[in-house]
Amino acid sequence: MPEALAERAYEPVIGLEIHVQLKTRTKMFCGCKLSFGEEPNTRTCPVCLGHPGTLPVTNAEAVHFALMIGLALECEIAPRSIFHRKNYFYPDLPKGYQVSQYDVPLASRGRLGDVRIHRVHLEEDAAKLVHAGASGRIHSAESSVVDFNRGGTPLVEIVTEPDVRSASQAKEWLELLRSTLRRLEVSDVRMEEGSLRCDANVSIRPAGEATLGTKTELKNMNSFRFLERGVNAEIARQEETLRAGGAISQETLHYDPASGALSPLRSKEEAHDYRYLPEPDLVPLAPTEEMLERARAALPELPAQRAERLERDLGLPPDNAQRLAFRTDLGDFFEATLQAAGDGADARTISNWLTGDLVSLVGDSDPAASKLEPSALARLVGMVAQGAVAPSAAKEVLAILVADGGDPARVVEAKGLGRAGADELTRVVERAMADQADAVEKIRAGNRKAEGAIVGAVMRETKGRADGAEVIRLLRERIGE
Amino acid sequence: MSQDLLGLSAAQAAERIRGGDLASHELFDAYRERAAGEELGAFLWVADQAPEATPDGPLAGVPLAVKDLFCVEGVPSAAASRILEGYRPPYTATAVERLRDAGAAVLGKTNMDEFAMGSSNENSGFGPVLNPWDRTRVPGGSSGGSAAAVAAGLAPWAIGTDTGGSIRQPAALCGIVGMKPTYGAVSRYGMIAFASSLDQAGPLTRDVTDCALLLRHMVGRDPCDSTSTGVPEEVALPSSERLEGLRFGIPPELTGEGIEPGVREVFDATVWRIEELGGTVEEVALPHAGHGISAYYVIAPAEASANLARYDGVRFGQRVGDGDLLSLYEQTREEGFGTEVKRRIMLGTYALSSGYYEAYYGRAQRVRTKIADDFRAAFERVDLIVTPTSPTVAFGLGERTDDPLAMYLSDALTVPMPLAGLPAISIPAGMSEELPVGFQIAGPAFSENQILDAAYAIERAVGFDGGPPRA
Ligand SMILES: [Zn+2]
Repeated sequence: MPEALAERAYEPVIGLEIHVQLKTRTKMFCGCKLSFGEEPNTRTCPVCLGHPGTLPVTNAEAVHFALMIGLALECEIAPRSIFHRKNYFYPDLPKGYQVSQYDVPLASRGRLGDVRIHRVHLEEDAAKLVHAGASGRIHSAESSVVDFNRGGTPLVEIVTEPDVRSASQAKEWLELLRSTLRRLEVSDVRMEEGSLRCDANVSIRPAGEATLGTKTELKNMNSFRFLERGVNAEIARQEETLRAGGAISQETLHYDPASGALSPLRSKEEAHDYRYLPEPDLVPLAPTEEMLERARAALPELPAQRAERLERDLGLPPDNAQRLAFRTDLGDFFEATLQAAGDGADARTISNWLTGDLVSLVGDSDPAASKLEPSALARLVGMVAQGAVAPSAAKEVLAILVADGGDPARVVEAKGLGRAGADELTRVVERAMADQADAVEKIRAGNRKAEGAIVGAVMRETKGRADGAEVIRLLRERIGE
Repeated sequence: MSQDLLGLSAAQAAERIRGGDLASHELFDAYRERAAGEELGAFLWVADQAPEATPDGPLAGVPLAVKDLFCVEGVPSAAASRILEGYRPPYTATAVERLRDAGAAVLGKTNMDEFAMGSSNENSGFGPVLNPWDRTRVPGGSSGGSAAAVAAGLAPWAIGTDTGGSIRQPAALCGIVGMKPTYGAVSRYGMIAFASSLDQAGPLTRDVTDCALLLRHMVGRDPCDSTSTGVPEEVALPSSERLEGLRFGIPPELTGEGIEPGVREVFDATVWRIEELGGTVEEVALPHAGHGISAYYVIAPAEASANLARYDGVRFGQRVGDGDLLSLYEQTREEGFGTEVKRRIMLGTYALSSGYYEAYYGRAQRVRTKIADDFRAAFERVDLIVTPTSPTVAFGLGERTDDPLAMYLSDALTVPMPLAGLPAISIPAGMSEELPVGFQIAGPAFSENQILDAAYAIERAVGFDGGPPRA
C-alpha cells in the first residue's frame, strides 16, 4: 500500500434525503382516509388504485403542511410550482408513474441548524408490497401481494445540501428535524413505522480538498441507530477502498439492519429513465398570500428557537436546553413546572430534575401522561432547596409522585422521608462515631477519606434522609476541628 | 320503428315526451332495437332495457349513445381495447352522470379507435365501424361509432371525445354535427385518458340545436377534475338566422394545400353563404398552424405513454402470463394493445427519454404556445375562424392503414384548435362524391354560444338535409 494513501486523512461529505408521511385526514390526491394498519386494501378508491379515467385532485391540507415545513426550514416558497409524472413500472405504483415534483419544487434554499436545505417538495407514497419467500425481495419471491392502503399517502421530501460531516452529526441533525416536524404536528415521524425515512448520500474526500468524491446512496436505514451505523460502515468501506488504491463507483446500497451489511441494489432496480412529464391532470400549485399567511400563523415555536430561548433567557446549560427543546413534551413540562414554582424559581435546578431523574423514570413517554403534576414537582424542588428533604430522599419521593401522584409534603410525611432533624442527626452521628472508633482515629490523623465510613453509616441509619454536608459538619465539630 | 319517431331530433323527442305525447320507454325501446340489430359495428354494448321510469329533467329519457371510453358503473367500458376487455368500472364519468341527472338514458357504448388513437375507427380492438353512407368507407375516428350511430339513426344523439379532431372529423365524414368545447368546459373525470392536456368531451348530433342542448347539460366545473372550469354562461339554444356584424377569418394555412377539390367547392360555397347572411369574411394568418400535426404527434403520444402505463395486468382488465413480473407486463401489453397504440407508446416514450426531451417534447410545447398565440392574434381581428373539417371525404376502409403518416394528416385541420384549447364545431355543409362534407367553425375560448349561433344560421341557410340511406 502506498504510504501516502495509507496516511491520508479523509473527510466524509454527507447529504440526507428525508421522506415524511404527512398526517393529513385524507390521501394526497383522493378522498381516502389515511391507513394505520387497517385490513389490506380497505382504504382505496378508483383514484388511488389508478382506475382508467380517474384524475388526481391535490389535497389542500397536504399543501398547507408542506408550506409549514418549508417555512419552518426557512425556505423560499415558489410562487408557482408544478407536479410531474415520474414514470416507471412497478406493482406498488398503480398508475405506472408517481406524481411528484421535479424541476420546480414547492420550497427551496432553506436551513435547519447547521445544515442547508436544498429543496422541499410534495409527492405521493407508493403502495406496500409483501413478498412471500425467504429474501423479502421481489426477484426471488415465490409470490408478491400489494396492499394499496398506503398508496397515495402524502409525502414531503426534504433534501439537504451535503453539509453533514459525520455519521453522528447526521443522526443528531435528523433528531432535530424529527423534533421540528413533530412540533409542527404534521407527521408522526416514526422511523420504525416508516413515517420518517432517511436515505444518505455519502462520499469522502481528502481532508481539506474542495472537490467532492463519488457518492453512494444508502437506503433502508430505518432507525437513528441504523442511520449512524450505516453511514459509518459506508465511510469505512470507502476509506478502505481508496486506501487500497481502488475507486468508488456510484451506486445505491441497501442497508441490512440485521447484519449491518451494505449490499448494492440490482442494477435493474435502479437503472431508470424516469421520463419526467409535467402532470397534465393537475394545475400549477400557486400558494396565495392567504395560504402563506395561514401557514405562517400555524408555526409554533420551533425546537431550535426554543433551545436558544431557554439558554438565553433562563441561563440553562446548552445540553439541558437542547434536550428540553427537542422533546416538546419535556420542554412543555419544564415550563409548566417553572411557572408553578413562581418568582425566583431555580430554572437550572428544575431543568436538571427534568432531564435527569424524571427522564430516567418516564423514558420516552410524556411526563404529563404520568401522575406527576408540574406543581408537585415544583414544590418538591422547593423542599430540597429549603433543606426539608434531602436530595437522595427526594428521588424516592419523585418516583412515588410519578407512579401515584399526590403532594410531595404528604408523601414525605407518610413515608417518613423528611430530613432528619438536628437532634436525631446528632444522635445518629455520635452513635456512628462510637461504633467506628478506627475511622475516627484516622480522621483525627488527618485522613479525610475516612469520613466516608461515618457518612455512609449515617445514611444507612437514616435511610438517606440526612444531608451529607451536615453530617460532615457535625462530625468535624465533634472531632474538634 | 315508425319513421315518424326516427325523424324526430333529440330535442323534438324530448319535447314530445315532456308534453305527454310520447312515452320515453317507447322511444328507448325503438332505438334499443335498432342499436342491438345494427350491422355497422357502431355499438360495443347495448342496454337490455329502458330505465324504469321516465327520468326527470329536460332530456326526458331520450336515449344517448356513449363512446366506449366513458366509464359507466357496471357497464363494459374498455375504450375499445382488448386490454380492458370485460372491465366494468366501479364509478361513472362526470359527463355521463350530469347527462343522466338531466334525464338522459344510456342506450349503449359505441365503438371507437382503441384509446381514441386513430382517424378511421379501424384501430378498434373489436373491429372497424362502417360508414353508413357507404359501407366500404370509414366513418372517421376516433369517435367513429358515435358518429355512425347518429348518422344511421341508431341513436338520437351521442357523446364522444376530441383530442386532435376525434369528434369533428367523424362528424364531418358521417354528415352530422360534432362539437369540441373549450378545454376545461366539460369534466374529464371518468374519460379513459388518451392525451390529458387535449382530451375534451362533446356532443355528436343530427343538428346544431341538439348539439347545444346536449352540451348545455355536459358542461360544468367538477371538483374531481382540477383542470375543469365549466363555462362562464349557460349554453343557449341558438336562434339567430343572420350573421350581421360577425367577422369570419379564413386561414390560408388550413385552407390551401391538400384539400380535395370537392371539399373545397363545398367550403367556398359555404363561405359565400356566410356573406349572404351578412357576415364579413377576410383572410387571417395562423403562421404556425401548419406545424400542428408535428407538435400534436409528439405531445399526445408523450402523454399517452404515461396514461397507458397503468394497463399492466396487475389490478384490472386483461392479464397474460403468470411467471415473473417482467413477463407479466410484457405479455399483457403485447397481447392487449393494438399496433397503433403500441406505435404511439413507443413514440411518446422516445420523446420523453432522457436526452431527447428538449428536442421533442420541449420543442413541441413551444410550437403549441406559438399556435395559441396565433389564434389569440387572429381573434383580435375576427370573431370566428372557418375551415373545412377534413381535407377529404370519407376514405376507403384499409386505404390508409399501411400509411400512418397519411392517416395522421387526416387531422391536419382539426388539430390546431385542441392544441390551443379552443372550441370548434363541424357541421355538414354539402356533398362531394355522394359523401358528406364538413364545415368547421372555431372561436376563442368559451365562445361556444357564438359558435353555435353562427353554426345554426349557416345550417339553416345550407339546408343540408337527410342522411344516409337507412335500413
Ligand atoms: Zn383513494
